[in-house]
Amino acid sequence: MMKIKHEASERHVLAITVDNEAGILAKIAGLFTARGYNIDSLTVADISENHAVSRITIVTHGPPAQIDQIHAQLERLVPVHKVADLTEAGPHVERELALIKVAGTGDIRVEALRVAELFRAKVVDTTTKSFVFELTGAPDKLDSFIALMRELGLVEVGRTGIVGMIRGPEGA
Amino acid sequence: MSDERSGANILVESLVRQGVEFVFGYPGGAVLPIYDALFEHPQIRHILVRHEAGAAHAAEGYARSTGKPGVVLVTSGPGATNAITGIADAFMDSIPLVVITGQVPTALIGSDGFQEADTVGISRHCTKHNYLVKDPSDLAAVIDEAFQIATEGRPGPVLIDIPKDVQIASAPWHEAGPQRRNRYNPQTEGGADDIARAIELLARSRAPVFYTGGGVINSGPHASRLLRELQALTGAPVTSTLMGLGAFPADSADWLGMLGMHGTYEANMAMNQADLIVCVGARFDDRVTGRLDAFAPNSAKIHIDIDRSSINKTVPVDLPIIGDCGVVLQQLIDAWGSRKAANLADWKARIEGWRARKSLAYPDNDQAIMPQRAIQRLFELTRSRDPIISTEVGQHQMWAAQYFPFYQPNRWLTSGGLGTMGYGLPAAIGAQLGNPNDLVIDIAGDASIQMNIQELGTATQYRLPVKVFILNNEWMGMVRQWQELTYESRYSNSYSDSLPDFVKLAEAYGWKGIRIENESQLDDGIRAMIEHPGPVMVDCLISHEANCFPMIPSGAAHTEMILYGDTVAGTMDDEANALV
Repeated sequence: MMKIKHEASERHVLAITVDNEAGILAKIAGLFTARGYNIDSLTVADISENHAVSRITIVTHGPPAQIDQIHAQLERLVPVHKVADLTEAGPHVERELALIKVAGTGDIRVEALRVAELFRAKVVDTTTKSFVFELTGAPDKLDSFIALMRELGLVEVGRTGIVGMIRGPEGA
Repeated sequence: MSDERSGANILVESLVRQGVEFVFGYPGGAVLPIYDALFEHPQIRHILVRHEAGAAHAAEGYARSTGKPGVVLVTSGPGATNAITGIADAFMDSIPLVVITGQVPTALIGSDGFQEADTVGISRHCTKHNYLVKDPSDLAAVIDEAFQIATEGRPGPVLIDIPKDVQIASAPWHEAGPQRRNRYNPQTEGGADDIARAIELLARSRAPVFYTGGGVINSGPHASRLLRELQALTGAPVTSTLMGLGAFPADSADWLGMLGMHGTYEANMAMNQADLIVCVGARFDDRVTGRLDAFAPNSAKIHIDIDRSSINKTVPVDLPIIGDCGVVLQQLIDAWGSRKAANLADWKARIEGWRARKSLAYPDNDQAIMPQRAIQRLFELTRSRDPIISTEVGQHQMWAAQYFPFYQPNRWLTSGGLGTMGYGLPAAIGAQLGNPNDLVIDIAGDASIQMNIQELGTATQYRLPVKVFILNNEWMGMVRQWQELTYESRYSNSYSDSLPDFVKLAEAYGWKGIRIENESQLDDGIRAMIEHPGPVMVDCLISHEANCFPMIPSGAAHTEMILYGDTVAGTMDDEANALV
C-alpha cells in the first residue's frame, strides 16, 4: 500500500511589504493555502505615513526548496513590493506580545505575580481574584511563561504573532 | 480638458484608448449600462458568444493568434463563474486577457443579492491580478494598469469587477489619460554575468539541447527569429513543449519534435543524455519531465524565464536567467559574437540513432482510418494555406501536436496547462476574428467538441468560416487509453454513448456538415472542407482503439517510453497511479 511521505522542514520568518489595498491579506493567505504552504503566525499592520503600505510578517515552515518558492510566489503578486526572508538574512530580532489572564487567590496568586516579575511582565489589569499580564519577548520566552501560568490559574491567552527585524543599521 | 462621464462610458472609452477591436461577451442585468455604452459603437465590435466559457476561450484564441490582449465582458454571478474556467486556462498558459465582470450594486455586495457571487474572491488564484472598483473615478487608472499587467512580464488574465452603480455614477474623464502608478516593472534583461556564463557553458558543451516553451511565443515573433538565429550559431538541436510549437520550424534538420509524455523518442532521449539543457521560456512541467529523479541526470541546466517563481520550482537549475526570452536571446546572440560552433558531430550521430527508431510510426489499418493518417493528410492538403490550428484536449490534441508540423509562432492554439476540453471551437472563433483571411481549423475529438458545441451559433452569426475537424472514435480516447494501460481495460464511463449526428447538428446551426467514413473519402472530404467558403464541421470516423504513442507513463523516466508495438502491462503500482 502507498503511504504519504513528509519532508524535513525549516522555520522561516518573512517580512512582506505590500500596497495597503482591499483583498491583499486574502491574496497572501490564499496563496499559502492554494499552494499547500504553512502559516505558523501572521501579523499585519499599516506602517506608512499616508496609510498606503503595510508590513505583513509571516512565520512559515517547509523544505528549503519550498521556502524559496514561497518567496518567489509572493514576489509575483502585483501589490507586493518586497519580500525579506529574515531567517535567510542572518541575525534578526523576533518579538511577540501576549496578554495572559490568570485567576486565583492565596499562594498561587502570589506565585503568579512573582513569576511575572521574573519575566518582566507588566500587570495591565488586576482584581482581587485575577491579573492580566502583558509580556513582550521572543516567542519561546512567551511559551515558557504561559507554560508556568498553566499551573497558576491560567484563564486566557492572546498573542499577536511575531514581528521581526534584522540586526544592524541596514533595512530588510 | 475634462468632462463628466458615466463609469460605463469611461470603461468603453478606456478600451478604445487601449486599441481594443473586439469584446467577447454575454449581457446580463449587472452589465446593462456597459452594453448600452457599447450600443452601435463605431470602434469596438462586440462578439456575442453562447456561453461565457466560450467568451473567455475565444478571447484566448484571439490573443494567442494575434499577440494582442483578449477582452471579455460578462455579467455578475453565473456570468462570472462560467468564465472562470477560461480565466484559469489563460492563467496556466500565460495568455493576456482583460476580463470585465458586472457586479451587484455596491450597497448590495455581501447581501446574497440576485446574481451575486464573490467574483474577486473566486478569481483570486486564477488571475494575475484582480480589482473590485468602487468608484468610477478609479476606473480609467485601473483599466490602464490592468492592460499593462495582463501584457507585460509573464502575461496572464486580469479581472476587473465593476458594481452596477459604479457603471452608472459619473466621474471626470481626462483626455490625457490616467497617471500610471508604475508599481509593476518586471525584469526583462538578463544579468551580464549570467549571459557570459551561459555562453561559456554553450561553447563548451558537446551535447547541448534547446528546450523551448510558450515563453518564446509570448515574447513575440521576434523571439522565434532570435531562437533560430542562436540555434544556427550554436548548432544545438531543439525540442519544444506543447505550448512552444511553431517557435522553431519543424522542417529543420535540428528539430527533434515535441518532448515529454507524448514526445518523440529522439527528443526525450536527447534530453536524457544531454550535457547541457538550455530551457527558454518553459517551466519543467510534470508532462515534460516524467519521473523527476531520472530527469536529465547528467546535464547542466540554464533556465531563461521572466517569472522568477518558475526557477527551481520542480527541477533545480545551475544557471537561472531572469528576463524576457526575446531580450535574453538577443543578449546571448550578441555575446556569442563571432565564435564558431562546437563540433557536435558525435552528438548528432547519436540523435540520428534515436531518430531511426521512428517513434511516430504507427501500424496500417485497412479496416478504419488511423487518426495519425487523418492528421497527416489534413496537414498535406492545407499546408499551402498556412492554417491556424486550435485543438480541444485529449488524444486528438496529442496527435495534432505530433503529426501536424508548425513553422511559425502563433499558428498553434491549444490548452496546455489546464487541459480544458471545449477550448478549441471558441478559440478558433477568436483566432478567425483576429485573422480574417486565414484558414482556421479546430482539430477536435467527439467528446471535447460537445463541451462548447453551442459556439457553432457564434460562428454562424458572424459568418466566420472556421472549420472543425472531429477525429471521432466514439470514446473519450485519452481516458480510454489510460484505462487500457493502467486499469486492465476496465472502461469506466469513457464510452461516448448517444453521440449526436454531427453532420445534422452542423446543418442545424447553418454549417456545412461532412462525414468521412473511410480512407477513400479522406482527401476529398478535407478538400471539400477547405473549399467551402463558410463554416464546416467534418465528422471523421477513425479507428476506435488507436492509442497515442510514444508515451511515457506517469511516474516513468524519459528512457522508459512506450512505442507502438511494445507490450504494455494493464496495471501500474500505486505510486505511479497516484500521479496525474
